[in-house]
Amino acid sequence: MIETILGLYNYWIVIVLMMAGFYTVIARGNLAKKIIGLNIFQTSVFLLYITMGYVRGGTAPIVDPSGEATLYTNPLPSVLILTAIVVGIATTALGLALAVRIRESHGTLEEDEILAIEDRMDGEH
Amino acid sequence: MSLIQNLPALQVVLPLFAAPLCLFLRHPRLAWLFALAVGGAVFAIAVSLTMTVGEVGAFSYEMGGWAAPWGIEYVIDPLDTLILCLVSGIGLLVLLYAGPSVEAEIPRGLIPQFYVLYLLCLTGLLGMVATGDVFNLFVFLEISSLSTYALVALGRDPRAQTAAYRYLILGSLGATFYVIGIGLLYMMTGTLNMEDLARLIPEVADTRTVSVAIAFLAVGLSLKLALFPLHKWLPAAYTYAPSVVTAFVAATATKVAVYVMVRIFFTVLGPIDAFQTLPAAVHETQVVSFLAILAMLSGSAVAIFQPNLKRLFAYSSVAQIGYMMLGISMVSVTGMTAGLVHMVNHAMIKGTIFMALGALILRLGWPRLERLDGVGYRMPVTFAAFVIGALSLIGVPGTSGFISKLYLVKAALEDQHWIMAAAVVLSSFLAIIYVWKILEVAYMRSPPADAAPVREAPLIMLAPLWILALANLYFGLDTTYTIGLSESAAEFILNYTPGEGPGFEHPLLTGHGAAESGGTH
Repeated sequence: MIETILGLYNYWIVIVLMMAGFYTVIARGNLAKKIIGLNIFQTSVFLLYITMGYVRGGTAPIVDPSGEATLYTNPLPSVLILTAIVVGIATTALGLALAVRIRESHGTLEEDEILAIEDRMDGEH
Repeated sequence: MSLIQNLPALQVVLPLFAAPLCLFLRHPRLAWLFALAVGGAVFAIAVSLTMTVGEVGAFSYEMGGWAAPWGIEYVIDPLDTLILCLVSGIGLLVLLYAGPSVEAEIPRGLIPQFYVLYLLCLTGLLGMVATGDVFNLFVFLEISSLSTYALVALGRDPRAQTAAYRYLILGSLGATFYVIGIGLLYMMTGTLNMEDLARLIPEVADTRTVSVAIAFLAVGLSLKLALFPLHKWLPAAYTYAPSVVTAFVAATATKVAVYVMVRIFFTVLGPIDAFQTLPAAVHETQVVSFLAILAMLSGSAVAIFQPNLKRLFAYSSVAQIGYMMLGISMVSVTGMTAGLVHMVNHAMIKGTIFMALGALILRLGWPRLERLDGVGYRMPVTFAAFVIGALSLIGVPGTSGFISKLYLVKAALEDQHWIMAAAVVLSSFLAIIYVWKILEVAYMRSPPADAAPVREAPLIMLAPLWILALANLYFGLDTTYTIGLSESAAEFILNYTPGEGPGFEHPLLTGHGAAESGGTH
């Protein structure tokens, strides 16, 4: 029991971050906070990937010319996550840019106020 | 290497590299002509790929000469060519149509950027179809999604910003769910290549990790393709996006997401029948069929009460996605054929309808029902094309929509799914109601007395609109290509078995072994 909790602590961190981020995206009404929640959610996935590639005691996978058997970590998940981080930054930047534009046109970042403004607009035309 | 062998790469790389070049063409007209030329070339590549696959069958391309599964592989099979032709064909027609519409709806300084985003979106959609690597697919998914969010935000109405924001949040959640899914699959199999995954997955099929992966993939992709309870982003995004964007996205983006669903669940996870083992909802009806039926009925019913025509047809799109998923969820050759053929036909139908609405917006402004009195007499040529699209949407015999529904009902009756057949018919009746509402306003009422005379849309917009409208009629009568290609794709996908795979070990390991045993280099 104690081993499942302590031995797999990195997976527990992933789950906690994932749920915290997901909850923030769903439950928060502020558009900027939603983006931050999305960011935390994506970060948990980065950790999940890096965790699965890590080998305890392993080193960077560079072939040793002397031919000594060395334990390597799997480099592929880290490389994939570099790509995913770039995608995440692009998403965050676009999301925040949209939030700025919404603030300019609606005058607020709170979702319920925006909905009220848009309901009025729907009534007009 | 000959040109033909490089076509799978060019299909994706050409629009990718052409996209930023639009920025250097400051003049809107020039940027448009350049994008149009690229669109034409991309369509030509898709057609020649289709002919190649027709002759030699599925073939693959190794990116950068790295052999799969180490390198990224592009695989072109009958299902891919069907979707490639569809996406690039619609992409070209919408580009042709875009010129005047974009100049009217988007600020002049932003027009080159518009074409950059459009070509990037096209790149992403084509890449998702061509690639044979699940992570590469995610990258293309994000390329197309991010450019779509920005395209939606270009709409003039301030509500376009909130629609794009909402789409961004839900779209990113969907894509992240997908990444979690493939990450868990990678954990169990150590590969990201689709064929390799299909080969290795049966060994680990009963683990909990794979079940969780399937759940994440199903939810993530359902969000992307707007399956019923996860469709909340779609109506606002379609309503407030610029007309050109709505026509393009409605005709292609959700179709490609449906394709990805089919690709992941029937080839990558095909050997373990992942789709058939999704949790059952009602008796023997699967959860996907159940949601598809709800989508068909609720989408059509909500559409009836919409006064804004773009929103009305956005809800109708939710219903139509239900038809596609219903066909696919039957897991029979006829059902899969019906689902795939409806993807093609619905792309033509919604392309026609949203292009016609764009032409109305250009001349009359916001497409509210109460402003369209007698529009059938004021813009007869434009509106006649709209009528053809709308009749095809209902499924009147002689239009392509009839063919889809005929195959859907046929597939449902083959397997004695009476409820599904009834739902198709009922949803079509609801479609008659909302289409009739529009036709009544357009033809039964006379134009307001003080209405200024309006011109038809410009010829460059009418031409692609009528090409698509006539395609609706043509493919309603001659089904050699649509049904033929869909049927061969359906048979291919349902009988998919992964090949033998590479017979060598990891290059580093074999190099090591050789050095030890032979000792000579």
